[in-house]
Amino acid sequence: MSENTIAVLIEHRGAQVAHPSVEALTLARGLGRPVAVWLGQAPTDDALAQLAQYGADEVRVVGAGSQVRLPAVAAAAVEAASGDAAVVLAVSTFVNKEILTRLALMTGAGVVVDAAGAQWVDGAIETDQTVFAATWNVRTRMATDRAIVAVRPNTTQAVPSPEVGRAQVVEVAVTVPATRESMVAVQVQPPSDEVPLAEAAVVVSGGRGTSGDYTLVRELAQLLGGAVGASRDATDEGWIGHEHMVGQTGTTVTPRLYVACGISGAVHHRGGMQASGTIVAVNIDPEAPIFEIADFGVVGDLNDVLPQVIERVAAHRAS
Amino acid sequence: MKRLTTPNTTHTIAAPDARVTQVRIARLEPMRIVVTVKFVPDLQSERSFTEGAVTRVGDDGTMNELDENAVEAALRIRESLPEGECEVTAVTVGGPDAVAAVRKALQLGVDHAVHVSDDAISGSDVFGTATVLAAAIRRVEADGPVDLVITGMAALDGLTSMLPTALAFHLDMAQLTLASDLELADGQVTITRHLDDAHEQVQAPLPAVVSVTDEANKPRFPNFKLIMAARSKPVTTYSLADLGIDAASVGAAAARTQVVWAKPRPPREGRVTITDTGEGGYALADFLIERGLA
Repeated sequence: MSENTIAVLIEHRGAQVAHPSVEALTLARGLGRPVAVWLGQAPTDDALAQLAQYGADEVRVVGAGSQVRLPAVAAAAVEAASGDAAVVLAVSTFVNKEILTRLALMTGAGVVVDAAGAQWVDGAIETDQTVFAATWNVRTRMATDRAIVAVRPNTTQAVPSPEVGRAQVVEVAVTVPATRESMVAVQVQPPSDEVPLAEAAVVVSGGRGTSGDYTLVRELAQLLGGAVGASRDATDEGWIGHEHMVGQTGTTVTPRLYVACGISGAVHHRGGMQASGTIVAVNIDPEAPIFEIADFGVVGDLNDVLPQVIERVAAHRAS
Repeated sequence: MKRLTTPNTTHTIAAPDARVTQVRIARLEPMRIVVTVKFVPDLQSERSFTEGAVTRVGDDGTMNELDENAVEAALRIRESLPEGECEVTAVTVGGPDAVAAVRKALQLGVDHAVHVSDDAISGSDVFGTATVLAAAIRRVEADGPVDLVITGMAALDGLTSMLPTALAFHLDMAQLTLASDLELADGQVTITRHLDDAHEQVQAPLPAVVSVTDEANKPRFPNFKLIMAARSKPVTTYSLADLGIDAASVGAAAARTQVVWAKPRPPREGRVTITDTGEGGYALADFLIERGLA
């Protein structure tokens, strides 16, 4: 019996492979033969080496032209590169959910998004998700032969393959479909040195309690090697950009450590971070709902508490 | 059917939150907009799963909060046009209680409401739901073509964000999703969307399915007059048979995925909350160090 082909749609920014994609490759190795699907300009040798390190047997490169940012075009490209795949894996982003929905409609495959993993159970793929603002765990089983799964970052630990993959480059031709939509302008954001919020292993977030001063929040985030998050209140006030918003309409995060500073913990915020590993919270209000889900909570002023945290953690690092 | 007296005029929608959208129109018929809305359970309330479907306890739901942005976007377009030149219809799919979603849309000011309700819909996945919604929108088109379908960015209960794509596919309309701004001009719709790596402007000719984010506008609150007026507005109800949909093509049996089990996440064990009396920050640091997180 030939081994199942598992196609993994690789997130990349230029030449750089995004960390959640090597997590997905790690997951794919447990399901069958991992094949990387790379949309856009051909990967660099460094990128190929990284895909090989995580076990990619093939790297299927689909050019797809200038309109590849359109979901309909990207879906056609993924379809062209994954026709033999029993499972298509991708990172759960808003854009990928659109691409995968189109792919599912084109192929008849079942699709689960925001999954925390995937496994074969009695011949079908099963996945785990959290729903209802991360208050419930759900296991889902594919009723179709082909499965499409979008996995959340930080839900599989990336482990290099014991055997380096061949990462054999295969050029895949695709007939770019005519689309009703056209991309009229793309303003690429300058790459940031900061860890992307969705991928960060540590997130330090500030809310109303910061009164708009993120100095301590940023300092602690930097010290812990994490990303800076924010509540809806804070982004609505214009204290910090919307791209920092943690919550169901912003970024959903599942870091190993989530530090909530001056955040009350409204249900929409909790839904975007409740599945985090360890949650700690600092808030002046003992009644703040964030304390209901915090492993360690400090009722106090973050301007008093955070400097002590920074001082002691820095001393610990130095020792 | 009315003829516009000022074709090709540019109308400016001045929004309370200062977002401005240009609408240029040259039409012989009123513009027709459908807003899809979803009934969602109150996130704070008790709920459970039964046989793979959500069972809600009590009548504690309302319209998905993010659909308010979709309704608002539609109303602002209508208000930018001369009286009578635009009609907005809210459509929902769901059990008897889902009528609350379109009632809310009526209270916000939409002109018409459609509720598709049928026992066979229960347990549908996103593809089944999109099939039913698309058929309902086609039914709305019996009175004249729909130019624009506007949806929210996601539903806060399931949060799959897949529906707008599936709907555009079924309706064979352009798909413009996650719009934080939308402009209509000369039969084209142009949206701006903010992604992590880039800001995009995407354009398509009408008709189109557009999903709007919660950044797109600030939804209005229903006022007393509208709430009273909404009471007497009819809601058109359709069954699957009314829409010519085979019941076997939707519902749990047709779903491409099945729920194996669902259970509430267990509460976190051993939680500690302390009150800062001068050394709270050190205690927090010690906790992080002890757990190997610092």
